[in-house]
Amino acid sequence: MYQYDEYDQAMVDARVAEFADQVRRRLAGEITEDQFKPLRLMNGLYLQLHAYMLRVAVPYGTLSSRQMRMLAHIARKYDRDYGHFTTRQNLQYNWIKLEDAPAILADLASVEMHAIQTSGNCIRNISSDQWASAAADEITDPRPWAELLRQWSSFHPEFSYLPRKFKIAVIAAEEDRAAMRLHDIGIQIVEKDGQHGAAVYVGGGMGRTPMIAPLIKDFVPLEDLLSYLEACLRVYNRYGRRDNIYKARIKILIHELGADEYRRQVEEEFVHVKSLGIDPPRAEFDRIAALFAPPALDVSAPDEIDRGDPDFAVWVDSQVAAHKVPGHAIVNISLKPVGGIPGDASSAQIDLMADLAETYSHDELRVTHAQNIVLPHVRKADLYAIWQQLDAAGLATPNLDLISDIIACPGLDYCSLANARSIPVAQKIATRFADLDRQKELGELKLKISGCINACGHHHAGHIGILGVDRKGTENYQLLLGGSGAEDVSLGTITGPGFDEDGVVDAIERVTDKYLAERTEGERFVDTFRRVGMAPFKEAIYG
Amino acid sequence: MVEHLHSDGEEPCVTLDAFLSQSNATAVRLEPDEDARALIPYLDRLKLIEVAFPKFRDGRGYSSARILREAGYAGELRAQGDVLVDQIAYMKRCGFDSFAPEKPLNPADVEAALTRWPDHYQTAADKAVPIWKLRHG
Ligand code: HEM
Ligand code: SF4
Repeated sequence: MYQYDEYDQAMVDARVAEFADQVRRRLAGEITEDQFKPLRLMNGLYLQLHAYMLRVAVPYGTLSSRQMRMLAHIARKYDRDYGHFTTRQNLQYNWIKLEDAPAILADLASVEMHAIQTSGNCIRNISSDQWASAAADEITDPRPWAELLRQWSSFHPEFSYLPRKFKIAVIAAEEDRAAMRLHDIGIQIVEKDGQHGAAVYVGGGMGRTPMIAPLIKDFVPLEDLLSYLEACLRVYNRYGRRDNIYKARIKILIHELGADEYRRQVEEEFVHVKSLGIDPPRAEFDRIAALFAPPALDVSAPDEIDRGDPDFAVWVDSQVAAHKVPGHAIVNISLKPVGGIPGDASSAQIDLMADLAETYSHDELRVTHAQNIVLPHVRKADLYAIWQQLDAAGLATPNLDLISDIIACPGLDYCSLANARSIPVAQKIATRFADLDRQKELGELKLKISGCINACGHHHAGHIGILGVDRKGTENYQLLLGGSGAEDVSLGTITGPGFDEDGVVDAIERVTDKYLAERTEGERFVDTFRRVGMAPFKEAIYG
Repeated sequence: MVEHLHSDGEEPCVTLDAFLSQSNATAVRLEPDEDARALIPYLDRLKLIEVAFPKFRDGRGYSSARILREAGYAGELRAQGDVLVDQIAYMKRCGFDSFAPEKPLNPADVEAALTRWPDHYQTAADKAVPIWKLRHG
């Protein structure tokens, strides 16, 4: 994986020093909260309902064991002994003291980590495919591209006060595991005439006006990528709306201009920007790519798995995915135990996952946008030992992509913008469907919950989505069906009037019963929904 | 370094509209929603372009500044308005060489902000050599 050189380290160290100084000036009353707010936000520090929340960047979701252990250490020392893995492949701490923030950032910097640009109206942490370099279906590792963009976007002097936040995702496989087209810019690495380049989608997003990004350019060669993106951002920085925070994302600009007119403006700007010489030479990409060289895996490692232990076999069938190298596998660790808080992990669990990565997965871990953890490079022969240790730590729930593998935002338990709680609803649904055979009978079913219209829990992209709203002062939940954040990307549709907390769980049960009655052989829930439409489900829910 | 924190006794800036209709002014003020490229035909006779930052959160002026420098403007480029010490380093990278903040800045803080970053990842409108070039010569 990527390793800092002296330049990268110096940048992060300078940022720690800068923020320590800003915190000092704030605590001394030299700057107001209004002036401090954008500064702390650019360092990932939010003021929440009960405390400060710190969002740590995990670039493209990749961590070493040493970095993972540092996350556990911080949780233990400065928080309440746990961390929360988020849909942006990041980690959040919910109970941070402002005075401690500089020390935490210094601890992070000591393991090549930071919280830079994890919030604020700037280019945020870049997300990617959690199976990068291991997935059988990728054409190349997307992360060198993402790292190139991380460096370009870090402390970008022109694009740090954009109209609104800006999120970029990079993938390199046909299967989209990163909700690529629901980002402000989604990049898919594709091949043309033997060269890799970027297909650039611009203007996707969730929030209150969800949109799927249109294709703006089908192939941008590596040599032009930064110039092209600089042009995309400059048009947005100049013409994106600043009069209304809800209309400030790039998706609104593109919606109002039309994709063709936006493309025309970008192409015009690109011709100019390309003349400035801002694109690094291929040698820089090659330097980065060399650091992402795949680990030396033994191609003669045994390919069979001893499935003698039935519980282990259930876990293998659910959590293990195909690796591109024979004899190896990708392990998906569920952070969704029945009744637990989706994405939360204790310090001890984080340490254990770090140990497993060090012993069995060439020192690497990944965070997924579905709030789970991945060990990307595991020998099949080691799966049983890994499972035993995960099981002992409460990390062996076999529910990947099943109805209880729920994405949920922090909601009203933590978030100052929330209308409703998300976590208790997730817990109730997981408990209602706790029977694993029943979950498996329902098959792939992605359920996503947001506690308000901002859509941090991706509810628009859920096969089943839940949106918390405020109805005359009480928490109310709307139900959406038919969304997807994968390569079959689509936005969910609201079923009708909302429900209270128990009502929404009942409604989901009626939806899944209807699906079982309607489906044809091998059809997933979302496929049935697309085939039969909303009417039968509406009928089942509301009678 | 900051050349002037503010200057006195100079020709007052005219608005962009006034400038475009009255040909002899040498100082012009650009509001965030005004197109910096409208000035490109006149850059060689402009001595001062003042870019307004009514709110520090409004980042359009950063693009205006780069566009002007990229077009070869060599005169004074001033950031005026809600200009805070924490934005000054980015402003300088985008080509500003003078600052007229509404609220006075502490010179020591300005000095610290402008010398904090050892290097920079990207090419911008200043003379800084980007890190990728330092790596590869
Ligand atoms: C708890 C404090 C949080 C606050 C105050 C917050 C705030 C917001 C706001 C205001 C938006 C809407 C942006 C827009 O439509 O322009 C948003 C969207 C989003 N947030 Fe959060 N958020 C929080 C937590 C989280 C967490 C924990 C995650 C990750 C699990 C997250 C991930 C996202 C995502 C994925 C979106 C949708 C992106 C899009 O609109 O394109 N947020 N957030
Ligand atoms: S969706 Fe709403 S409630 Fe949930 S974290 Fe985002 S802002 Fe908070």
